[in-house]
Amino acid sequence: MYTKEYKLNQNRAPIYEALQTFREMRVVPFDVPGHKHGRGNPELTAFLGEQCVGIDVNSMKPLDNLCHPVSVIREAELLAADAFGAAHAFLMVGGTTSSVQSMVLSTCKRGDKIILPRNVHRSVINALVLCGAVPVYVNPEVDHRLGISLGMRREQVAKAIAENPDAVAVLVNNPTYYGICSDLRAVVKMAHDAGMYCLADEAHGTHLYFGENMPVSAMEAGADMAAVSMHKSGGSLTQSSLLLIGPRVSAGHVRQIINLTQTTSGSYLLMSSLDISRRNLALRGKDVFAKVISMAEYARDEINAVGGYYAFGRELVNGNSVYDFDPTKLSVHTRDIGLAGIEVYDILRDEYDIQIEFGDIGNILAYLSMGDRPQELERLVSALAEIRRRYQTDSSGLLSQEYIDPEVVTSPQEAFYASKKSIPIRESAGCVCSEFVMCYPPGIPILAPGERITPDILDYIEYARIKGCSMTGPEDPEIQYINVLC
Amino acid sequence: MELWFSEFHTPDVKHTIRVNRHLYSKKSDYQQIDIFDTPEFGRVLALDNNVMLTERDEFIYDEMITHVPMAVHPNIQDILVIGAGDGGVVHELARYEQVKRIDLVELDPTVVEACRTYLPENACRLDDKRVHIYFDNALRFIRRCKEQYDLIIVDSTDPFGPSEGYFTREFYGICYNALREDGIMVNQQGSPFYKQDAEAMQRSHKRIVSTFPISRVYQAHIPTYAAGYWLFGFASKKYHPIDDLDTKRWLSLGLDTKYYTTKLHIGAFYLPAFLEKMLQEVEN
Repeated sequence: MYTKEYKLNQNRAPIYEALQTFREMRVVPFDVPGHKHGRGNPELTAFLGEQCVGIDVNSMKPLDNLCHPVSVIREAELLAADAFGAAHAFLMVGGTTSSVQSMVLSTCKRGDKIILPRNVHRSVINALVLCGAVPVYVNPEVDHRLGISLGMRREQVAKAIAENPDAVAVLVNNPTYYGICSDLRAVVKMAHDAGMYCLADEAHGTHLYFGENMPVSAMEAGADMAAVSMHKSGGSLTQSSLLLIGPRVSAGHVRQIINLTQTTSGSYLLMSSLDISRRNLALRGKDVFAKVISMAEYARDEINAVGGYYAFGRELVNGNSVYDFDPTKLSVHTRDIGLAGIEVYDILRDEYDIQIEFGDIGNILAYLSMGDRPQELERLVSALAEIRRRYQTDSSGLLSQEYIDPEVVTSPQEAFYASKKSIPIRESAGCVCSEFVMCYPPGIPILAPGERITPDILDYIEYARIKGCSMTGPEDPEIQYINVLC
Repeated sequence: MELWFSEFHTPDVKHTIRVNRHLYSKKSDYQQIDIFDTPEFGRVLALDNNVMLTERDEFIYDEMITHVPMAVHPNIQDILVIGAGDGGVVHELARYEQVKRIDLVELDPTVVEACRTYLPENACRLDDKRVHIYFDNALRFIRRCKEQYDLIIVDSTDPFGPSEGYFTREFYGICYNALREDGIMVNQQGSPFYKQDAEAMQRSHKRIVSTFPISRVYQAHIPTYAAGYWLFGFASKKYHPIDDLDTKRWLSLGLDTKYYTTKLHIGAFYLPAFLEKMLQEVEN
């Protein structure tokens, strides 16, 4: 039944098994949580179900403790490490944000340099605000037709390492939201040769560990740490995640770092979902993702047959800035039908009851996973065909999404904590920003703390807002004002 | 031995029919298919435990979904039928000599197989040389069609199963696109009586109204469907279902019917007040 050779018995799911036993024991709860297996909160129990609230319990000896795992949680972590080919795996309950932050906090301290592409998730730069490390950005290449950031070229990484030999780590998106991978093995080697750690944000990469014909996973490429969103392609509950480490990193140190910010009341709903999902992936992942790939390939062909749209795939691979492409991703370029991606995203939801992952200036991304069925794909493709028939216009007035090279003036931490003032955003060109501005999703900052605001950036923000992107980040929810350094 | 088949019309209402014999039961890739023999309704086809047709009352459905558009449009030649794997709708359509082509798109080959064996009366016209059967997802099939049909009949199961996609705006849009400039789409529109059915009916009516310039609802009394009360949607690019009814032409065809008459045709579009109100709610 195994799809590959594992050292441990991947049929096991120790947390799930312990919770089953716990349920059968009918233990009388004189501990937290106060809802006492749901009895104290009948409305919640009616809504979520007895099965669910009955295992929403506190750490106890038979169920182990996430802060210091010694029994079933530890076994689940060993099984996860085995399944993912890692030296150790940590079950995380604060989202992949907490995994990313733990990677950065485990490897960087105040003033340390970290090399990273600018199209990172906000959680990475948040971690820099927390620890005071300084970003050295590698400008990602841009595909001008699609208006998306690609991966990092090897030469650019080598140059950043040569220019910053004192940097402590290189962080890589594996893959990006759009499914694009840098040459991770080469980056790992360059980082290690220079005595740096290599960290991978694999928020969109769980399936790389189990599917066939996938881009290389971080652990296989020899990276030192990887933040893996099990709740995205892995099928576990929202907010559950894994942090993987390689042999060069001390598991004890990472555990201490995690415990700095992680809850001491880890949710057993989340942990059991990680345990059950890991088992499923280890036993059936190969078949599951073969199906996802075939659905994505089918949808790409059908969408491209509609005309006007461009559902891109492996043809983007160029051996360097697009070293590999994740074939489960279904991204569609919409500009040529005269609509911004965010407009197609809104029409799909408002008029066709189809919710996709995100739309940006030029593209939409439909997230395909183990839960999809062919009939829903037919709806998506047909809705896109209809949107084209009903709305297609001239695309000449549309802005192409261009990468704007950031000017980093101070570290994110200094900028975030510095004395600042609030000024109208339209008058802020030339100032140094002290907060984030981003569209969410995808949550990649347009401006990060410590960066210079330019007229180009302001035009871009204004355009994204007019087209309907949800802007987040600043203190002023209307984003009429922005905090800048005094 | 007492053997009864029950179908839940709502979680709190069930409709029960005595069964003589269970003739066929199979789980296909898409649904559970059952055919059984009953004393009151003859043979019954159920999909996912919902009655699709009975020998006793299916003429009502088949006649009302076909003759209404056929009596309005002056020259229907190319027809697309969605679902209808039981063959009943095709049976009615094949009676018109003017019809040149009937494309039938059915998702589930097992339904056709089962009906050919156990409901041969119904399925016999599936072998008519004008009938072409495609086993495909209808969205996928119609997406490729442009202005090539005079009539599309959507004979789907209810909107909570494998046919969910046939009650969507994208579906009605691609149907519009597949119809000639004077084409008509008729669909089974569910029941307005029980709350969940009524809401689904309103949703789909709203989507049709936003897609076709002419969209009217008509009704029929079908004993084995929920509440015994069923609706059809008449959506059209050009012809009005009452104003363009050509009684003389239809009567000259000399078709013998058990339910449909040209007088009933007009009457079927006159709806009870509560239903008129429900439709108005979503039309604006």
